[in-house]
Amino acid sequence: MDTVLLAIDLAVVIEKLTLVVIVVSASLLVAMYSTYAERKVAAILQDRVGPDRAGPFGIFQPLADGLKLFMKEEIIPSKSNRFLFILGPCLAMLTAMMTSAVIPWGGTVELFGRTIDLQIADINIGVLYIFGVVSMGVYGIMIGGWASNNKFSLLAAIRGASQIISYELAMGLSLIALLMFTGSLSMKTIVEQQMAPGHLWNVAYQPLGFLIFLVCAFAECNRTPFDLPEAESELNFGYHQEYSSMKLGFYLFAEYINMFISSAVMATLFFGGYDIPFLNESNLSPNLAAGLGVLALVIKIVFFIFFFMWVRWTIPRFRFDQLMHLGWKIMIPLALVNMLATGGIILWLGK
Amino acid sequence: MESLTKRVKVLERKPMTMVESWYLLNIIKGMAITFSHIFKRNPTVKYPEQKRPFSPVFRGLQILNRDEEGRERCTACGLCAVACPAEAITMEAAERKEGEEHLYKEEKYAAKYEINMLRCIFCGLCEEACPKDAIYLSETFAPANFQRQTFIYGKEDLLIPDPVSDPEGFAKARGSRATLNEQKP
Repeated sequence: MDTVLLAIDLAVVIEKLTLVVIVVSASLLVAMYSTYAERKVAAILQDRVGPDRAGPFGIFQPLADGLKLFMKEEIIPSKSNRFLFILGPCLAMLTAMMTSAVIPWGGTVELFGRTIDLQIADINIGVLYIFGVVSMGVYGIMIGGWASNNKFSLLAAIRGASQIISYELAMGLSLIALLMFTGSLSMKTIVEQQMAPGHLWNVAYQPLGFLIFLVCAFAECNRTPFDLPEAESELNFGYHQEYSSMKLGFYLFAEYINMFISSAVMATLFFGGYDIPFLNESNLSPNLAAGLGVLALVIKIVFFIFFFMWVRWTIPRFRFDQLMHLGWKIMIPLALVNMLATGGIILWLGK
Repeated sequence: MESLTKRVKVLERKPMTMVESWYLLNIIKGMAITFSHIFKRNPTVKYPEQKRPFSPVFRGLQILNRDEEGRERCTACGLCAVACPAEAITMEAAERKEGEEHLYKEEKYAAKYEINMLRCIFCGLCEEACPKDAIYLSETFAPANFQRQTFIYGKEDLLIPDPVSDPEGFAKARGSRATLNEQKP
């Protein structure tokens, strides 16, 4: 019998493809309704009503917004670099979506006699992969700003790029402390460690690390108080100034997907992922446990998305020098101290 | 120095303390404030479905009044047109013919009565000038339109519904302001 070196299990391909389709469409849906939620949350926090005309409670508002964006005239500036101009929003969208591949959305389900992992790819360098993809997100901004052939877009793009790069350092350093503690880069392993009995969620062991990660996540997603790259009101809309129609929509959409994904990453790394506190999952049937796990993760993600919006409607925007000051002079030293302290404690306890 | 109002807040511009310079506590405080607004009642009036009642002294579109039998009260004396500071009112008088007693209250009536709503400043002087209680300002305002011509309101737009044939419409158009006028000494 021949030995098959590269066996492709068709069932696995179908299974993963289905999962990809579900995850991608789910993140699109979540991003769509994040725009609605953003406006509704803003309205509620400001004692207003918010969109309430399209459908009951205005739930069809995202559809109307999307339709409007599609119907708009698509303008490509004549002096722009046409290829890069189109590539920019594609890249922003792509990098926003790619991160979802390594996030464990739940445990395992048993369907059609197969055990299916609710994770697209359990790679052993999951955290590193997320960092790699997230740092590629800056290309979407840079290319978009540069290809527009507009000084203001370019300035905004550089502003955005420098912000993302500065905060990525602190973000990485804060995660190193976490990784020293977990000893694994695989997202699945990190979640399973947190699920183990007698083990608290990572936020209990790494509160400072979580805080730094949270602040950096805000900066990475270009959310208020760090939304300098696209300060609509004073710095005329930023890197997507020349964009119109659905290309602009893609940029705005990518931001909401980023928000969703970073909420998922925060929930996974620090808040136990699909873990339900005080519940022993092994007593339940595996499918029910997985379903509840997914639900738990969704609740955590929704909370974080709400938190993003809550902060947006509370804190005013930073000035750029304040932003850089916070990033380089406070966040990075703090992350370094946190890292050293964690390392010291691990050595001292002799783990 | 004594402050002008009780709501004056004196700002202290002293350097930030250690805790303040971390911002964290103040951010949490601010977020608690915004969160508390979730539970506050919002003052929005959902306009087309919900309408806010006008105040009884609101001065809206003019209306030409009728008496209890549904006869027009206006005698085209022109006092309203004279009183009007914006010169928005024009009218043409005509004599009541035999057999028109059920239409017009007095021997003279306004054959044409026009108010240019783009000129009108809704001051209510016409209402004050009228000796016959024939014109008063109602509790509605002129609806928006695309043509200027449509803002010149003729008699057919201004006349109140007949109290005999349409008592409900009459009462609605009359509103609370007319009764307010009747209460005046």
